[in-house]
Amino acid sequence: MKRLLAVIALAALTVSCGSDAASDEPAAITLVAYDSFPPSDTSLNAALDEFTESTGIAVKVVIAGDAGTMVTKARLTAGNPEGDVMWGVDNTLLSAALDDDVFAAYQPTGWDSISTDLTDLVPGHELTPVDFGDVCINYDIEWFASNGLQPPAGLDDLVKPEYKDLLVVQNPSTSSPGLAFLMATIAHAGEDNWKDYWTALRANGVEVVDGWTTAYQEEFSGTAGSTGGRPLVVSYGSSPPAEVIFADPPRTDAPTAVIESTCFRQIEFAGVLRGTEHEAEARKLVDFLISTTFQDELPLNLFVYPARTDIALPPEFTEFAVVASTPLTIDPAEIAANRQQWQDEWTTIVLR
Amino acid sequence: MDHHRVALNRVPRWFVAALAIAPVLFITGLYAWPVTTLLLTTLRDTTGGTSPFANIAGVVWFTVWQATVSTVLTLIVGMLPTYVLARFSFRGRRAMMAAATVPFVLPTVVVGAAFLALLPQSWHGTARAMIVAHVFFNLAVVVRLVGSMIAVIPHDLVGAARTLGASPVRAARLVILPLLRPALWSAAAVIFLFSFTSFGVAKLLGGPRNPTVEVEIARRATQLGDVGGAAALSALQLVLLAVVIVWTARRQRRAAVELHGATAPRSPRNRGERIMVVSVAALIGLVVGTPVIALVSRSFKVGTSWSLSAWTQLGGGEVRPGAGLGVDPLASVGASLRFAVVAAVIATAIGFLAATAINTSPRLGRLLDAGLMLPLGTSAVTIGLGMLITFDTPPFDWRAQWWLVPLGHALVAVPFVVRAMLSVLRSIPADLRAAAATLGAAPIRSWWQVDARALRRPLLAGAGFSAAISLGEFGATTILTRSGSETLPIAIGRLLGRAGDLPRAQAFALATVLLALSTAIVMASGSHEQLGSGDRA
Amino acid sequence: MLEVVDIDVRFDRHPVLDALSLQVSDGEVVAVLGPSGAGKSTLLRVIAGLLRPDAGAVVLDGVDITERPAHLRNVGMMFQDEQLFPHLDVAANIAFGPRMHRWPAAAVAERVDELLTIVGLDGFGSRRVDRLSGGEKKRVALARSLAPRPSVLLLDEPLTGLDRELHDRLIAELADVLRATATTAILVTHDGDEADALATRVVQWSELQPVWTISTARRDW
Repeated sequence: MKRLLAVIALAALTVSCGSDAASDEPAAITLVAYDSFPPSDTSLNAALDEFTESTGIAVKVVIAGDAGTMVTKARLTAGNPEGDVMWGVDNTLLSAALDDDVFAAYQPTGWDSISTDLTDLVPGHELTPVDFGDVCINYDIEWFASNGLQPPAGLDDLVKPEYKDLLVVQNPSTSSPGLAFLMATIAHAGEDNWKDYWTALRANGVEVVDGWTTAYQEEFSGTAGSTGGRPLVVSYGSSPPAEVIFADPPRTDAPTAVIESTCFRQIEFAGVLRGTEHEAEARKLVDFLISTTFQDELPLNLFVYPARTDIALPPEFTEFAVVASTPLTIDPAEIAANRQQWQDEWTTIVLR
Repeated sequence: MDHHRVALNRVPRWFVAALAIAPVLFITGLYAWPVTTLLLTTLRDTTGGTSPFANIAGVVWFTVWQATVSTVLTLIVGMLPTYVLARFSFRGRRAMMAAATVPFVLPTVVVGAAFLALLPQSWHGTARAMIVAHVFFNLAVVVRLVGSMIAVIPHDLVGAARTLGASPVRAARLVILPLLRPALWSAAAVIFLFSFTSFGVAKLLGGPRNPTVEVEIARRATQLGDVGGAAALSALQLVLLAVVIVWTARRQRRAAVELHGATAPRSPRNRGERIMVVSVAALIGLVVGTPVIALVSRSFKVGTSWSLSAWTQLGGGEVRPGAGLGVDPLASVGASLRFAVVAAVIATAIGFLAATAINTSPRLGRLLDAGLMLPLGTSAVTIGLGMLITFDTPPFDWRAQWWLVPLGHALVAVPFVVRAMLSVLRSIPADLRAAAATLGAAPIRSWWQVDARALRRPLLAGAGFSAAISLGEFGATTILTRSGSETLPIAIGRLLGRAGDLPRAQAFALATVLLALSTAIVMASGSHEQLGSGDRA
Repeated sequence: MLEVVDIDVRFDRHPVLDALSLQVSDGEVVAVLGPSGAGKSTLLRVIAGLLRPDAGAVVLDGVDITERPAHLRNVGMMFQDEQLFPHLDVAANIAFGPRMHRWPAAAVAERVDELLTIVGLDGFGSRRVDRLSGGEKKRVALARSLAPRPSVLLLDEPLTGLDRELHDRLIAELADVLRATATTAILVTHDGDEADALATRVVQWSELQPVWTISTARRDW
């Protein structure tokens, strides 16, 4: 038994060492974020430290899962939230969150520096737009060059026979870019015709996988060293710069590019969770989230565009990323009203 | 007469109750309460809207179908390796046992990626791919549960059949198979349970066309926000699984025979046996080794060329000024280990108390045993969301407490610890307890002397297995909100969610670290020898 | 007539049997008497076909059966620890051999009844074997090994592990059964009284393996 006791003692020690990390400083607030938000060790987290230094408010980042899970949890706990501020509600989830009264309205300092295209979506100031990006078809530049084929010009080309069996997309029921792409096709083909479009897409050999990681890392041929076989994938407008920045050895050109006319605009919001006990501090944090200090760090950490219009973009973004001048969009209220039905119809058309 | 004697030496009733208090509190507090709360809250809300059962028949049918095929295939594929590992001693046997166990504790994200890289393109997103992965993951269950039964079938029992005129095939069919039946049923029940509730594998390899009930529950809850529908499906799944488990448990009891003594494995004696051993070892090596090699090699492949940079830059801060991956490998290892240690301590303590209570009081024990199994059949999303809305008011506002995560892991690990301990406890001859009693030990004292001591090895093994389960974030405990440093599986998932060569290679480097950690823990604690086996301590 | 000719058996290169030879005539009951762990069981296993010798031959009625698999030899064996099939009842245990030899069902049933009477277990047919006493188990094991009418019966320490009184009673019964069934048998035992009581001829192990030293043969199977 002695050895066992020693193990337990050791464990208890480890535990007690670990738990003092959650220190009880006077003003500590919790930022609830989705799972691609880095919890530590990036310049984004360093920026949060700056906030703590200047205001005395400590910020604890908690990860609540993917965006959908995070919003589901927030809706379940509306009024008695898990944290004080939430980061990363996107426009496909916006209305649902607003309907359940998850957030406490607040118009932060700096609201006017954000493009009105974005702020118009939240006239009641329940949430603040913090960043945006596009979900677009990415293509493998080299594949098209070596096969002597022009990359498709837009969504209509994808159903043509020369592009048969080339595209991989995500299931809109389980993936946020997948949902965005479904929205893109609905916005493009219209509510009456999108089902025919997908019927044609299916006939043209579209592959569906559960999420972005499988689509991009395993099935797409364009990312360097990939074993995947499909040169067209639904990804982000900012994926090409990521390919350049995270290349090893360094490279000066992107192996992939974006088809601009296929882009659907994703806008992310942050806001004060209704029921917080630290409303004043929470508001200060939202102010900070749209300050130039924090917004500056967004492109290279989350691969999104800052919501502020006065932020200088890194060179990889200006060179390789695409931000569509006239992106496809659907009104968040319409998305909220039809999302489940669209998803179910899509499932019947494409998967059954 | 016999009964009378046993009754005299029985530990007092209050002592059994005292043992059972903690496990009962554990399962009611952390499982029954949250899940019931969720069901009550959300089902009350879903008065309108579409019924969650509207389009579910196809999903349920597919789930049952694939789980059945996975179970039968795993049993068939696992038989020969199990027989060879249980019957023969040869160099590398221990390593083979460990190798067969490791897949079971590997995180699905990682193995899923390796399988995608290995399987032909046409298999991606098919039920076939999913079933192959289920067989891979569950081989360990057969090797353990059936292997431990083979190990107690005396060599001479087959010899007796042979001298009576049974050919080797008839001896296997008429003697070995009937004796293995209880073990086969219990292995089948476990594999069916895991395949039925398949989540990561179903999503990654089965693809969107092949959702299981578990995947559908998660989709409804997290993507559609239809928590009520998810809870209803979860209840349906639990009822279905309960029926299957009760049915197999009954078949198992009916087929049960008593076998005494263990048969030491012996070295292969002739050419045929040697060929069998070598080919099985090669097969296990191939089956377990291929995905592992695929995984490790991808950490050394950045872009199109071989490179160490994923490893050298792991945790190296910024790739260029302002752009970092935010991965701190040491901190993730630390966070993962911390969760693992806490989960292991809790699971072992609860499992120890539960197993002893179950063994000393068979009738009530069966109830506790079944209760502790429930979390395995319940969608993790349901448990997670239940905890979220239950532990939300002081003094129970534990939602963002870091220890809720290892508690969730322990919930999954306890049934395994109980299994490992029960098999040892049940192998303690009643005579030994009686002997302790006649030597003057009071019942409680003799319980301590005999039972508690015999459990030392399975305790260690159970702790190791629980730690490995926690490391791999078995099930989908990721639904729980977490703060602080991210664990290895979470960090791997986040890296795989990035475009670019380097994040991907680093994800596989971290996966390699995770693999090494799990293997080391499983081997060091002897989990690969003890778990579910009837080995004598 | 059973002839064992120059048998060699090695385990992990250690010799267990070294050029061992033995002849048993029809109707003879030969007792091989020697200390435990000497390799006596190994000899029986070689004869039964459960163990292939490294050299030498086993000849039954003039036919070399060394390469013949166990189930085709018609050599019966009663194991030291019975090895009854725990999933079968008493009758099914006894019927196992005849069934393997595809006797007609009626003949099997008749044979089972006959043997139950011979070993004194009338009415025990439907009992579970794990509920039997030590002596009863021995009797079932004996009946089972006799059931398919083997040309030779091998008895491996058939009466060890029983208390004195039962042991003595069973010796007498076993001797009767062997005589009544006129079975050719080889019995290995470490008990001289047992050997004397049962056998028509007693062979000392030291005569079979003159250079044998116990220390080199730790492993008896």
